Amino acid sequence: MKKTNWPSCTRILIFGLLLAAIAASPGWAAVADEDPMAPGRKLARQAVKALETGATIDHGKHTALQKEFADGQAITAACISCHSEAADQFKQTIHWSWIGSTDANGKQLGKAGDSLNNFCISTNKGADKSCNACHPGWDGKAEGINCLTCHSRKPINWSEAFEDYQAFAASDDPSEKEIATEIQAEIQTAARSIGRPTRANCGECHFKGGGGDGVKHGDLDTSLAKPNKKLDVHMGVDGQNFDCTRCHTTVRHHVAGRIYSKPAATDRKSLIEDDLTPKITCVSCHSSTPHAAGHKANDHTDKVACQSCHIPDFARVVPTKMSWDWSRAGKLKNGKPYKVKGPLGTIDYMTIKGQMTWAKNVKPEYAWFNGSMTTLTVKDPIDPTTVVPVTAPVGNATDPNARIYPFKVHRGKQPYDKVHKTLLAPLLSGKDGYWSTRDWQRALTKGQQAMQVPYSGEFDFVATSYVFPTTHMVTPKDNTVACIECHVSANGRLAAIEGVYLPGRDTNKTVTFLGWIAVLGSLAGVCFHGLGRLITNGNGKKERAS
Amino acid sequence: MTPSKMVNIYLYTRYERFWHWLQTAFILLLLVTGFEITGLFTLFGFETAVEIHNFVGLAWLIAFAFFVFWVFTTGEWKQYIPTSKKIVTVVRYYAYGIFRGEPHPVPKRRDAKHNPLQRLVYLTLAAVLLPVQMITGFLYWGYNSWPAWGLDGWSLSLIATIHLAGAFALLSFLIVHVYMITTGHTITAHTRAMITGWEEVAEGTPVEEWEKAHERKYCDT
Repeated sequence: MKKTNWPSCTRILIFGLLLAAIAASPGWAAVADEDPMAPGRKLARQAVKALETGATIDHGKHTALQKEFADGQAITAACISCHSEAADQFKQTIHWSWIGSTDANGKQLGKAGDSLNNFCISTNKGADKSCNACHPGWDGKAEGINCLTCHSRKPINWSEAFEDYQAFAASDDPSEKEIATEIQAEIQTAARSIGRPTRANCGECHFKGGGGDGVKHGDLDTSLAKPNKKLDVHMGVDGQNFDCTRCHTTVRHHVAGRIYSKPAATDRKSLIEDDLTPKITCVSCHSSTPHAAGHKANDHTDKVACQSCHIPDFARVVPTKMSWDWSRAGKLKNGKPYKVKGPLGTIDYMTIKGQMTWAKNVKPEYAWFNGSMTTLTVKDPIDPTTVVPVTAPVGNATDPNARIYPFKVHRGKQPYDKVHKTLLAPLLSGKDGYWSTRDWQRALTKGQQAMQVPYSGEFDFVATSYVFPTTHMVTPKDNTVACIECHVSANGRLAAIEGVYLPGRDTNKTVTFLGWIAVLGSLAGVCFHGLGRLITNGNGKKERAS
Repeated sequence: MTPSKMVNIYLYTRYERFWHWLQTAFILLLLVTGFEITGLFTLFGFETAVEIHNFVGLAWLIAFAFFVFWVFTTGEWKQYIPTSKKIVTVVRYYAYGIFRGEPHPVPKRRDAKHNPLQRLVYLTLAAVLLPVQMITGFLYWGYNSWPAWGLDGWSLSLIATIHLAGAFALLSFLIVHVYMITTGHTITAHTRAMITGWEEVAEGTPVEEWEKAHERKYCDT
C-alpha cells in the first residue's frame, strides 16, 4: 500500500486558521469589557459636572436672623420674611400633609390618612403623638412649619431647647439666666446655619423610618450619612458625594420620588431629551443604553431595572428589620415586660412590640414593577387566609413600563378585624396606647375611633407583607450581580419572575430529556455496531492487523 | 474475499477540507458553550460562554454564505442530490455486510464522493438542520430587535427550544459521524482523506490524474 505524498502546507494552513478562529473568540469578548468609561457613565459625569452652585447669600449675616428666638414660630416668621412663598409651597407637599392623594370614595392614601404598614401600622390620623417626631412642624401641624428640620446644618432638639429656654429665661436666678443665654446661642447658631438639605437632614427621618436606624427600607440607614463609594457609588464621600436632592430633584419644595401609588416618574427620559426632567431615574443621567456598545447589558434595560444588577444586596452596614410579629407581643418575664437582644445587636423581642427578625447583606427579592404600588388602607377588605400584601408592586411582563426590580420585603403579623375583614390600626403611644396598656382591645378600639372606621371588637392576627423598592446603595461596577446569578436553572435570583423566557433558567425540560435519549441512543448504537465489527472481525479489522 | 489493489484519488479540495474542519471547530465550540448556557456544566463561565457562542455563531453564519457560494459555483451541489438508488444496498451493508468484511457497495468517486445514505444525511444537515440552527440562533441573538424586524409577539421560548432540539440533533449526528469515519477500509482512512484530500479506493475507480498533479505542483512551491 502506497503512502500518499500529501502536502504538509495544507495541514498547517488549516490548523493555523482554526487556531486563529478559536483564539479570536475570547479575545473579542475582552475588548468590550476593557472600555475605561462606559457611555452612560460618561454622560452622567457630564451632567453633574457643575456640582458647586454659587450661593449669593450667607444666612449667618442675614439681618432677619440677628435676633433672639423665644419659640419656633419666631424662626419660621424670620424665614418667611424673605422666602415669602416657601410656607405656602411647603404646605402643599406630602412632607407636610402626609397625604398622598384622596380617591373618589374619600379614601386617603398617606400616613395621616387611611394608609397602613406592617411596622407601627398607623399614625391613627395624628392621634399617635409619637409619630410627630418625624413631622417637619414645630410640634405637629398645629404649631407651624419648622424650616430648620430640612435646612439647618446644625439641627438641635428643638422642643427640648425651647422648653428649657423658656423655663430658664423666666427665672430670676442669674445662673439659670446664663443657661438660658447659652441655649439661645445654640438656637441662633442652628437658625443661621442654613443651606439646602444634606443627607443628614433627610436621613434624620428617612434613615430612621419605623422608629430606628435602618428599620424600614434596608437601603436607607445612617451608614449613608457618610458612606464610602463601595457602599453607595453616588453618595460616597470619596466619590461624587451626592446629597439626596441631587437625584430627588426639588421644585417649589416638591421633592421628586414615589408617593404611594403614584410613580416617581412616569417615563424614563434622559436630560438630553428633557433638561428639566427630574433626575429621579437612572436613565435621567445615564441614558437607557449606558453600557459599552455591543454589551449585552444594554439589551437588558427594556426588561431589567438598573438596580437589579447594580445593587446586589442591601443593609450592608446597618441591619434592617425583616419581619415583625405583633401576635407575640405581651409576654412577661417575672411579671414584667422585657427585651431580648439578638446576635446583630438588635432587639429581637420586646414585650410591647413582639417578635422581630433582622438581617444584614440581604439579597433583594425581585418583581415586575412599573413604578406604581398598590397600598392597602384601613378601609380595604382583605383575605385573611392568604398573606395580605399591605403594599405590592404593580406591573407584569407585558407592561412596557415595567422592569424586573429589586425589593426589600418586610413580613409581618398584625391585627385584623375578624368580622369586617379589614386590617386594624391600633393606637400604640399615649395613655390609651398598647405600649402603655398592653391591652389590644383598648388599643384597637381607640385606634379605630381615631381613624373614624368601625371595629367589630373581634380581632386576630394575619400574615402580611410590605415592600420597599431597593434603589440606594448602588455598588461600583465591579460588584454587580453576575449573569449566572439569574441565568441558572435552580434557585436563581429571578426564580420567581414570570412572563419572560430566561436563558439558562427556562431550558425546555422535555426537549432536554428527549435530546439526551437521542444522544445516548446514538452512542449506544455506535458502540454496539463497533463491538459487532470487532467480534465478527469485519470491515476495518483486517487492514489494521496487516 | 480478496481485497483489491488500492489507489489514491484526490477527493476533497483544499477549501472543502478547510470548511469541514472550520465547521468542526465551530460546532464543537457552539455545542460546548451552548450546553454551558443551559447550565449543564461550568467551563468558561456563563458570560464568556454567551460571548463565545454569539461570536462563533455569527462567524459561522458568514462562513456558511461562502460555503453556499462554493457549493453552487463549483457544481458540488450535485453531490447532495438525494437518490433512492442503492440506498437499500448501503443500509444493508452497514447493517450486515460490514460485519462480514464486505467492501463498500458504493465506492467513492471524484464525482460521487457521498454514498446515497451520506447524500441524504448531508443534505438534511446542510439544507435543514444547519440553517434551522443558524436562523433560530440568529433570531435568538437578535431578540431585542424583534419589534424592529416586525416579529412582535414571536415566542423566544419556542425559538430557544427549537435551537436546543437542533443542538441535540447535531450532537447525535456528531457521535454517529465520528463513528462512521472509522468504517473505511482502515480505521483512519476517512479521517486521513479529510485532512489530506486523498482517499484510498480500490483500483479501477476512475482517477483524475490532473487533479493529483495540480495539487502536488501547487504545494511544492
